[in-house]
This record gives sequence, structure tokens and C-alpha cells, in this order.
Amino acid sequence: MSRQIGEVILDLKQVSLSFGGVKALTDISFDVREHEIRAIIGPNGAGKSSMLNVINGVYRPQLGEIILRGQHFSKMNPYKAAKAGISRTFQNIALFKGMNVIDNLMTGRNLKIRSNLIQQAFWWGAARREELAHRAKVEEVIDFLEIQHIRKTPVGRLPYGLQKRVDLGRALAMEPSILLLDEPMAGMNVEEKQDMCRFILDVNDQFGTTIVLIEHDMAVVMDISDRVVVLDYGKKIGDGEPDAVRANPDVISAYLGASH
Amino acid sequence: MGFFLETLIGGLMAGMLYSLVALGFVLIFKASGVFNFAQGAMVLFAALAMARFAEWIPAWLGLQGSYLGTAAAFVIAGAVMFVVAWLVERLVLRHLVNQEGATLLMATLGIAYVLEGVGASVFGDDIYRINVGMPKEPVFLFEGIFPGGLLINKEDFIAALIAAVLVGLLTLFFQKTTTGRALRAVADDHQAAQSIGIPLNRIWVIVWCVAGLVALVAGVIWGSKLGVQFSLSTVALRALPVVILGGLTSIPGAIIGGLIIGVGEKLSEVYLGPMIGGGIEIWFAYQLALVFLLFRPQGLFGEKIIDRV
Repeated sequence: MSRQIGEVILDLKQVSLSFGGVKALTDISFDVREHEIRAIIGPNGAGKSSMLNVINGVYRPQLGEIILRGQHFSKMNPYKAAKAGISRTFQNIALFKGMNVIDNLMTGRNLKIRSNLIQQAFWWGAARREELAHRAKVEEVIDFLEIQHIRKTPVGRLPYGLQKRVDLGRALAMEPSILLLDEPMAGMNVEEKQDMCRFILDVNDQFGTTIVLIEHDMAVVMDISDRVVVLDYGKKIGDGEPDAVRANPDVISAYLGASH
Repeated sequence: MGFFLETLIGGLMAGMLYSLVALGFVLIFKASGVFNFAQGAMVLFAALAMARFAEWIPAWLGLQGSYLGTAAAFVIAGAVMFVVAWLVERLVLRHLVNQEGATLLMATLGIAYVLEGVGASVFGDDIYRINVGMPKEPVFLFEGIFPGGLLINKEDFIAALIAAVLVGLLTLFFQKTTTGRALRAVADDHQAAQSIGIPLNRIWVIVWCVAGLVALVAGVIWGSKLGVQFSLSTVALRALPVVILGGLTSIPGAIIGGLIIGVGEKLSEVYLGPMIGGGIEIWFAYQLALVFLLFRPQGLFGEKIIDRV
């Protein structure tokens, strides 16, 4: 592989999150290195999605902090996260259903748009050049994900597997440095899973994007990730390279039930 | 035939004005999922601001009788609506992100009362006139084709034209500009929009500004027809059936819904009136809306609500 795993880019320190009396995450720390594929796994209700939501600021943890490229955030919010180069996909696809694929992807360029409202309204020089440049970028993403044939289709009409791909496309259109994927392969058939795996690896390889993903399918996770964090009941019970994690007795008992 | 056409055209023109008010509802609902009960109050507030500034500014600057004073008043009233939009976002909406639709609806009900109260105390609560120099005299058209020609109210015609242009521009804005796309994105999914870096707060200010501007235009047109008074805020109630008919999420729906109701009112008044008694104009729209609620609750152009269970 051409990519080189680099320094720690994202560091989570002692993050605790509770909803009322329910503890979703307890004292969780882990780091993510530049260019790596980092997986978060765990049984249902382990707090995986909560973890992702903390990273991108949808949830604000009561304790702990997030260090992103050396910058400390005790409170992240989705807008700040997006500005800092974090983009994400959603477990239950959250595309803009009324818009077509191109428009959905174009919304991903929103942060990069510099022209103001008045210029846009009149389709004025700068606004026009900008729109075309962004459109070109979006077409690259479309080519990359092999969704040329559906570019004008309203996403609400697409089958599930393709919607997932468009969701990934919108995140990629942001040209993120860190990409968070919430169960990118949930509900897919084998073929779709293989496609998705290939896209994830290609993104990581070609663009050097750091990827944090949640996934249920153990085979997939062990195959594509560099390091794995295991959560159970909101606590971290394992962290390391796939082989080490697989051999970890706590992880085995969390997945297979207590062995005693 | 001539008489029928006259009624039809009168209805279309009245309908265009309903559309204009309905558009305010649709804009805000599309972009934030809020049914804005304060739309009528915004129309009143904007019209009051316009009426009073058109009085005050020429008096201050010594521009009596000049269009410049009216234009300045319009710009300032627009700025006032911008401030209103900003305050609404700052003081109300910002604190209600991701809340239930009903909560937001109640909040806009509150905004309506505040606007009416503040409007009355700042601008006064008399009946004011707005004079933007609309021609009042009717004209006769096509005298060669129909005996006696078609009687067209020039004021209505110009108002309809303005409304049509505004609607066209807004549609372009929503469909073609980056900001318009961001607005539609927010309408579809708050959370996803935030995660790709669309600032919700700014979008809401923009959309309330646009709705404020639409309210201003509606207020000026209605105000110059009927005078600016408290009852102007009930114009919104007339637009309610339009929104139900056209669908809450559709700009073309608001226009066509408005036209249908405008035409329906006039035609039924003229042709059904003698048979079942007059006054149909008052309830026709609501009856039509009721029928739609029964058989096509999403309206003509609204998005069909499908819940996967």
C-alpha cells in the first residue's frame, strides 16, 4: 500500500456521555492516526453510534475532550466538525430525498463556496466559475463511486444500496481529512458489501483519508481495518490490531456471551 | 362570454395575491419544517412599517410627493423585516432546534402576538393608507373582440404581475443557487445538513428574511388595496386553504392553489350565488380545503407522506 500511517490526528480523552441516568459511554479514550482505517465494533447498544456522534459533535459528552490536530475541543458541534474536515455518513441514510444525486453531492461542497448570496442570485462571474468548478469536483466523486447513470435521479427513488453509496459520495464531496462511516454496509447483500469495501479502501488509499468506521460484519472489519476499538455497554474492552483484538478474551465473551 | 372572462381574470388576479401570502408559509415550512403562524402578523407588521415610513421619511427629508421617499420607505421597511428575521432566529428558533413541529408552531403563535403588539405600539393602530402610485382606474381591453370590451382593474393587474415576477425569482433562487440548495437541504434533514457544514442558524435567518420580504410585498399590495389595519393579519387565514390545496412544500403549489381558489371564489359567487344565496366567496376556499384534507391531504403538489413501519 502506498499510504503511510502517520501521527495521531484525532485523540479522544476520557469521554463520558450519559442521557439522563443512562450511561452511553463511560471513560473512553482512544486515538486515530492519520491515514489509518480505524474500526469501532461492539454488540448492539454498545455505544458505537454515540461514539461517532460525539466525534462529530451531534452529542456533547459531559466529561472528556476531543483533540483534533492538537486543538482541544471540550464542545464540538457538527458545523465546527465539518469545518475542521470531518465528514460522515449515517446509519439510517440521511440524504436529501427530494433532490437528485448531483444536488445532494453539491450540498457537500457548501462549506467551500465563497461567493455571496447576491452574486449567486445573479449567477455572476465569480459565483458562476465557482459553481462550475464545484460541479467538476462532484463529477469526479460520481465517477469514483461509479454512479454516473443515476446522477439526475432523485435519491428517494434509488434502491437502498445505491442510497448508501450516494451518502458516501456526499461525504466525499466535502474532501474530508477524516471520514466517519456509521455502518456503511448494514443491510447490504454480499455484492454490495464488496463494492462498498472496495470504495472504502480506495478512498483511504487514493486520497489518504483517515477513516473511522462502525461495522457489524466482523469479517469485513478484520479485513480492512488497521486498528480496532471494541466497546461493550459503553466501556472500552479492547483496542489494537485486528489479530490482537480477536484473541482478546473480553472481546470473545462480549460477542459470544460470558464463558463461565 | 365577455362577462365570464372578466370574472375569470378577476379571480386569477385575486388568486395571485393569495398565492403571495401562501408563499410566505411555504418558504418557511420548506426550509425549516415550521408552520409559521406568524405569517399574517408579518404581513401586517411589514405593511405598517411601510405605511408609516412612507409618511415619516418624506417629512424628515423634505421629499413630499416624490417616488424617492416611497422607495426609501420600502427599503427601510425591508431592513426592518430583516431585523425581525434576525431576532426571531436569535431569540426563538435557535433554542428550539430539533424540537417537535407542534412546539415550533406554538412558538410562531407567540411571535404573531409579539409582532402585532410591537407593531401597534411602534407604528400606531389606526388605519393607514399606502400609496405607491398604483393606477386605480380600470381599463377596457379587447373592445374589438367582445362587445363593450373586458373590464380590467389596472391595480389588480399590476399587483398580479409583481406577484408573478416575485414567485418566478424565488423559484429560480431555490432551484439554481447554492444557497437555495442549502435551504432545500435543511428542509429535508436538519441533522444531515449540519453534518455537511450548512449553518442552520444562517439558513433560518435567510429564509425568514425572504419570507419577511414576501410579507412586505404582500402587505404593500393588500395595504394599498384595502388600507393598512389590524384586520390585514387575517389575510393569512385566507391563504391557509391555498396552502392546503397546493401542498405545504411546493412553491408552484402555492401559486396554482392561489389561482384555483381565486377563480373558484369569483366564479362560484357569480354563477352559484343566485341559486344558493350569496356570500359564497367567504366560505368557498375553506370548503374546498376541507375536501382536499379528506381526499388528498398532501395537497396537489405536496410530497406524499409515506411512513415505513
